[in-house]
Amino acid sequence: MTTPRNIDGQDGYQVSFQKENESLLISLKGEFGLKNLTAFTREIRQAVSGHAIPTLTIDFSQVKYLDSAAALAFVQMEQEAASRKTNCHLANLSEEARGIFSVIHPDVLTRRPFKPEHTGEGVVQQIGQASLSIGRDFVNFITFIGDLLSALAYTVTHPATLRGKDVLFYVQRAGVDGLPIVILIGALMGLIMAFMSYLQFKQFGANIYVPTLVSFAMIKELGPIMTAILVAGRSGSAFAAEIGTMQVNEEVDALETMGFDPVRFLAVPKVLAAVIVVPILTVYADVSGILGGLIIGVTTLDLTFKTYISQSIKTIQVFDVVTSLIKAAVFAGLISAIGCQRGFQVRAGAQDVGKFTTSAVVAAIFLIVLTDSIFAVMLYYVKRYSVFA
Amino acid sequence: MTEPSEKKTVLSVKNLTQRFDDNIVFEDVSFDVYQGEVLVIVGGSGCGKSTLLKIMIGLQKPYAGQVLYQGTDITRASDEALNEYRKNIGVLFQSGALFSSMSIKENIALPLQEYTDLDADTIDRVIRMKLGMVNLAGYENHNPSELSGGMKKRAGIARAMALDPRVLFLDELSAGLDPITAVELDDLIIKTNEALGTTMVIVTHELESIYKIAHRVLMLDKEARGMIAEGRPLELKENATDPRVRSFFLRQLPENQDEQRFYAD
Repeated sequence: MTTPRNIDGQDGYQVSFQKENESLLISLKGEFGLKNLTAFTREIRQAVSGHAIPTLTIDFSQVKYLDSAAALAFVQMEQEAASRKTNCHLANLSEEARGIFSVIHPDVLTRRPFKPEHTGEGVVQQIGQASLSIGRDFVNFITFIGDLLSALAYTVTHPATLRGKDVLFYVQRAGVDGLPIVILIGALMGLIMAFMSYLQFKQFGANIYVPTLVSFAMIKELGPIMTAILVAGRSGSAFAAEIGTMQVNEEVDALETMGFDPVRFLAVPKVLAAVIVVPILTVYADVSGILGGLIIGVTTLDLTFKTYISQSIKTIQVFDVVTSLIKAAVFAGLISAIGCQRGFQVRAGAQDVGKFTTSAVVAAIFLIVLTDSIFAVMLYYVKRYSVFA
Repeated sequence: MTEPSEKKTVLSVKNLTQRFDDNIVFEDVSFDVYQGEVLVIVGGSGCGKSTLLKIMIGLQKPYAGQVLYQGTDITRASDEALNEYRKNIGVLFQSGALFSSMSIKENIALPLQEYTDLDADTIDRVIRMKLGMVNLAGYENHNPSELSGGMKKRAGIARAMALDPRVLFLDELSAGLDPITAVELDDLIIKTNEALGTTMVIVTHELESIYKIAHRVLMLDKEARGMIAEGRPLELKENATDPRVRSFFLRQLPENQDEQRFYAD
């Protein structure tokens, strides 16, 4: 109505009760709204309950402010009174108050929702749904890999269709921009590994093997895996979020209706860029890991710079370096492919983008570890039965 | 529409200037918003309508000037005072801005749960009433993605009206809606304004809408970097002498411009 509410929300109200013969008159004074709704309804209910009152009149003549929630509460009191066979009357409603009461349609208050409320599923149902979704996910991923390979094949046979600028952009994003963190983490890993192994090796006077352990571990396993996990966190998630947001904004639909293959247009540059930069980042990680170890070697192990380096070089084999780079390239393909595929799975809304971005990173890390295990077994046999033996 | 009989100022915009580096959006804009009125802000693209709205709802700080609500300058208010102000206003964003992870019911319940001491049953009844008010009764358990554009806007209005705000701000009310849905929204605005007396500040381009719902119109202009007209829509249409205002209300291009467009190349 006409009196504004105070900005501090401390609105005053007063409810007085007057009993006459068989009727009860409730006089309202002041402001009635959301902020004092619980208080005044409790007060009125307490006064009304427990008495058989044939006639109840609520007088609005001194009400200065009323909002729709308060009006709703009075409508509810009217309905409750009717159910107790009490004749309830809302008296002296001003024109403004009538307007407010006019927006309350009693039938909508009891109308059943068109859709039942979503309730949580049982454990069995959840297990079933999770199994189905893992199955669907697998089929989706394989289908996407098929799409991606055919798009890559098309790009190879039609090199002019490759969006070179995009590839360079993602080379910078995933590679150059990620270089500082890869070098930092690589150096710290090498440093920690050298220090921890020194603590054990010194008991046997085998300090000279610290550079062997650091370079062997960095080149064969830690370099590629650590770089891949960092790229999955930095770039895999970014690919998923970027494509996901494009899905929400209907940009992917626009590409499709313009006759572009979204996979070729959006995924191929990202995958190519990742496959180019991750092996390079891995080399940086390997070198910085060895240099990190060198710091401990020179400062703590009493090894000379020359001894440390020559011991490291003695350990490193061409086969290990090459397979490490191949591994890195395969990891890069998986990270970028899963990132793009998860992005394309987004349907609507911000929550979907978040869900699939998380899923892109988790799935990428899982695939990295899984593929690394396969590589470990495979390379053992390749080395055993090959010319490298 | 019936105009409110008495003029009581709810919001006062005083000498508002907004600029980003050297780019002046508008300068020295002053006007009052009166209780119970529907004030429509119009103007071409880039004239600063949305910026003005953002300043009025406390989402952006102006370069200079004040927005006074019950004596408090909300552009310089503390976070607490700004939050109190925000409990007294409702905002409908252009896209509806419903939270996609929540059902319609949960969207409307959010302010009620946060800012009132109502129990779950009462909140449920209030939600049903609000949905009935915007003709969406029965849709409480739907997700925003299951609703059409017009329904999303109506659900957005229900959420904005959850706390019975004193002022309702609506950004681009009928943008992206079909004419019938736009007319339905206009009717809803009129009904809500007349029944509840809610003051409304609306940004829209739809002329028919403006004639139907506006008590008063403010026109901003990019070149003039500020307000160029203020008044009742029909009066502006009939009496305005400024060619920019006339061309907007008569839906014509300024003189000779249509010819120039034809023969430009």
